[in-house]
Amino acid sequence: MDFSITAVELGKKIKAGEISVVEATTAYLDAMEAREKDINAFVTIDREGALARAEEVQKGIDEGKYTGPLAGVPVAIKDNMCVEGMLTTCSSKILSNFVPTYTATAVQKLIDAGAVIVGKANMDEFAMGSTTETSFYGETKNPWDLDRVPGGSSGGSAAAVAAEEVPFALGSDTGGSIRQPAGFCGVVGIKPTYGRVSRYGLIAYGSSLDQIGPLAKDVTDCATILEAICGKDDKDSTSVKEAGDDFTAALVDDVKGLKIGIPKDYLGEGLDPEVKESVLAAAKALEAKGAIVEEFDLSLVEYAIPAYYIIASAEASSNLERFDGVKYGYRTEEFSDLHNMYKKTRSEGFGPEVKRRIMLGSFVLSSGYFDAYYMKALRTKALIKKAFDKAFEKYDVILGPVAPTTALKLGESLSDPIKMYLGDIYTVSVNLAGLPGISLPCGYDKNGLPIGLQLLGKHFDEKTIIRAAYAFEQTSEYKRPAYAVERGE
Amino acid sequence: MQITDETIDYVGILAKLELSPEEKEQAKKDMTNMLEYVGKLNELDTEGVEPMSHTFSVNNVFREDVVTNGDDRENMLANAPEKKDGAYKVPRTFD
Repeated sequence: MDFSITAVELGKKIKAGEISVVEATTAYLDAMEAREKDINAFVTIDREGALARAEEVQKGIDEGKYTGPLAGVPVAIKDNMCVEGMLTTCSSKILSNFVPTYTATAVQKLIDAGAVIVGKANMDEFAMGSTTETSFYGETKNPWDLDRVPGGSSGGSAAAVAAEEVPFALGSDTGGSIRQPAGFCGVVGIKPTYGRVSRYGLIAYGSSLDQIGPLAKDVTDCATILEAICGKDDKDSTSVKEAGDDFTAALVDDVKGLKIGIPKDYLGEGLDPEVKESVLAAAKALEAKGAIVEEFDLSLVEYAIPAYYIIASAEASSNLERFDGVKYGYRTEEFSDLHNMYKKTRSEGFGPEVKRRIMLGSFVLSSGYFDAYYMKALRTKALIKKAFDKAFEKYDVILGPVAPTTALKLGESLSDPIKMYLGDIYTVSVNLAGLPGISLPCGYDKNGLPIGLQLLGKHFDEKTIIRAAYAFEQTSEYKRPAYAVERGE
Repeated sequence: MQITDETIDYVGILAKLELSPEEKEQAKKDMTNMLEYVGKLNELDTEGVEPMSHTFSVNNVFREDVVTNGDDRENMLANAPEKKDGAYKVPRTFD
């Protein structure tokens, strides 16, 4: 079996009867088994369930029940999305025994499209981190260099795709958690407009920022997957039905006259020169295809991270109150009374980064500090949104790097939280403003590590960034990590 | 701003977290650093700016007040660490 193919290509082969769903699923499960000792992209692998499901889907395809492009294609689901009957841990000890009795809407939509869930992907605990090192279940390794992080928090999803353990995966993005690992692992990821995809069944971190999105090998896959999972859902009142959701219609190699702005603030201090060079070369490639590219001042960029950490931590402290050892998850062994049980359960169940954010969130929401920190952050968010609105009066697409550097060495960022947070500088403002963003590989540094290009669009205008990304993709070849090539067929 | 022991204890109560003496020291340091860092927002003049929670205008979303889910008790209790007579069991809350 050729593991280099994309999800859509595999779907076509299955449809044409060149390979059965069971054969494809078995091949990927075997690949996972062989590669997981190196990569650790998964918390849970459901071989038995996947094979049973594969048979069912094959039958469905034969009977004409599943006709879509993802029918029969294996998928990994980030471990913060509920799947009925499948262990869902959020990579935390506190959910080490949680088996949901319902399925997240985005996942259900993939199931309805005939996808085959093979397992749950590793992540930073409760999606809090940028390296997948805060997982209770061990760090995930980057297939491009096993001594490096895959990024995070959807590091398991990105690494699984890059290592060719699955053709595609779902991730979630609160401050860059799809785009940054996609960039570090040399794959494509989309963070949709806030509200585009239902968050029902996604274990909440920062509810006003979280969005589910796809990670895959190319733009065509991502557009196809997003088309399958988007839409209004009565179970998530912030989800909306908006026009422009025929994403695959935007897979057109044409950027003539497209106005692209590059924020000068995204090219300044802290940006690795190799990343800068590669990103600017991508802009040139789009210019050569007829796009109009210019640099501009976006402003306020340095305020995005402080505002983000106040808002995200505040929401996290509230969202994570529910983990108290009463209704689900881990409960401490010994306790004296109810409050002692709460405290001990939470203190034993959460890791250091999660505790750090819960503490900060509780502080900024506490009386006396609420206005100075939380409200100040929400006002800053309004200003950031306004700065983007102004930029989008002039430009169709904003182009920049995904992250200041390529993938870091394991263990390099954990010691200094603020330093790790600064790595999110180009991604967090998108979540604050609710905008869509796509990340795709645009080059490789001297160590051979992938460099990510980020394209941002107007609200609900994923199609324009998909078109620009697709056009750029035609100028470059998808590169597989040596790790995957060696283990190839 | 310097975070004191009292503040950390108070935040620990709000957060329902019990920190060891070492964790407390670390938390004091982390929070002091973090608050100093996010204090950067004070450079910004936000006078008269409305705080924004949602980036597009979704107001209250209503639906008909009709029950659509059935009796789901078994499912809801399925993951409970302890249950009794169809309810969650918790330690005694008062004497």
